[in-house]
Amino acid sequence: MTGFKGLGGVTETTENLAKLPLDSWHRSKGGRMVPFAGYEMPVQYEGIMAEHLWVREHAGLFDVSHMGQLLFHGQDIDRALESLLPGDLLALKDGRLRYSMLLAEDGGIIDDLMATRRGDHFYLVVNGATKHGDIGEFERRLPRTIAMDHMKEQALLALQGPKAVDALEAIVAGVRELSFMQASLFHWNGKPLWISRSGYTGEDGFEISVSGRDVEALADALVADERVKPIGLGARDSLRLEAGLPLYGHDLDGGTTPVMADLNFAIGKRRRAEGGFAGALRIMAELENGPVQKRVGLLVDGRQPVREGALILDSEGSEIGRVTSGGHSPSLGRPIAMGYVATAQSEAGTTLTLEQRGKLFQATVAPTPFVPHRYHRKQGAVA
Amino acid sequence: MSLYFTKEHEWVRVEGDVATVGISDHAQEALGDIVFAEVPDAGRTVAKGDDAAVVESVKAASDVYAPVGGEVVEGNAALADDPSLINRDPEGDGWFFKLKLSDPSELEGLMDEAAYREWVKTQ
Repeated sequence: MTGFKGLGGVTETTENLAKLPLDSWHRSKGGRMVPFAGYEMPVQYEGIMAEHLWVREHAGLFDVSHMGQLLFHGQDIDRALESLLPGDLLALKDGRLRYSMLLAEDGGIIDDLMATRRGDHFYLVVNGATKHGDIGEFERRLPRTIAMDHMKEQALLALQGPKAVDALEAIVAGVRELSFMQASLFHWNGKPLWISRSGYTGEDGFEISVSGRDVEALADALVADERVKPIGLGARDSLRLEAGLPLYGHDLDGGTTPVMADLNFAIGKRRRAEGGFAGALRIMAELENGPVQKRVGLLVDGRQPVREGALILDSEGSEIGRVTSGGHSPSLGRPIAMGYVATAQSEAGTTLTLEQRGKLFQATVAPTPFVPHRYHRKQGAVA
Repeated sequence: MSLYFTKEHEWVRVEGDVATVGISDHAQEALGDIVFAEVPDAGRTVAKGDDAAVVESVKAASDVYAPVGGEVVEGNAALADDPSLINRDPEGDGWFFKLKLSDPSELEGLMDEAAYREWVKTQ
């Protein structure tokens, strides 16, 4: 066999990798550790397919402690962050979070993130592979009156799936009262936990910020519940792909804008009218006239996965874009993908050809999510 | 009947002048859940070292080399509908293809089972 270096043909060096607070815990649970975002992380325990389906049916525990947790303090912190993020942060209520993006001056996406108003400060969770770059951007571009704290001592867990609410409520009373994109401070055995109802799988679930000192005891308490199993990065990737959620560094990068990435929902209504954020001129023009390229979902015919890097061709055989994520969907039992195409070819139902390693595949532009989201929205609440 | 293995984690079972080829248990374990396999059609001639088949897990695609040269006499049709057969029975029903050996001397230099099982522990 070629390209055979264990799972994924991983070529990232294993030297100088950081260890997660749960490193030995993962190994004791049979986690297969691979280099990811500068850390050794579990790609799978019993197997990606079984773990993926478990999360859709029950509840899965993910260690996402590689992600960056940042706290921002200072006068008019919401206004200051609005200069770099396109979301309406002034209107964000205390204990509410919003998906947003850190933008470059040309409107390109430097990172995507979650922003929560927490009393008089903001709490941001950014991607692990980009956190150091993000910190530099914030330091350089925010006013000096704003202080930023990188909470390196905090671990981050995600508990996802239809049974997540019952499993977490059993040890942290009150979490069931949270609705999607709401967060609050809770306590478990006297230890503070910052818990939000959010995630990256399309399922109901929670993300739990906990001290690195307490995370192992909490992880043990969670998997002691028979509804909860530890889940690796492999299933995290296939779950988010089915949910139509983009992955930074693959589906989003400095060359894509929020409008190209079909993330218009993250640009607040007031922000569209007022502008005043990095890249606003370009982004507002794209909102008005449409972007040149747009991110779409693709249903691929046949059984063979079509992965990142495959070419997307129009009916004349001209390249109109690239696949940015793709693979086998365990829930649908077929290959799915996402990628960028010329906007004229982005309508659902459009038939396209994909080319991978010299082989052609038929694909159809499909609405995302591929698997419906099952978020816990309160009745009458607005997404 | 003789059984050989390669350092690319393939096995070759030889009966008369026909060799059956598949991937080892270690290989399927390392690849994880297999979701697609493409095997060569009967009649195709492959040389030792050619890409002969494709196997894809949830995470990655890998080519399967022809460990010896010859004319393909049969591809395992069962893998198209049920590629997970390779996970369940990699060194049995999950075989990839059979070929008629063009040069039996190409088997020299392959590992026998005991040598492979020892070697794989060091990988």
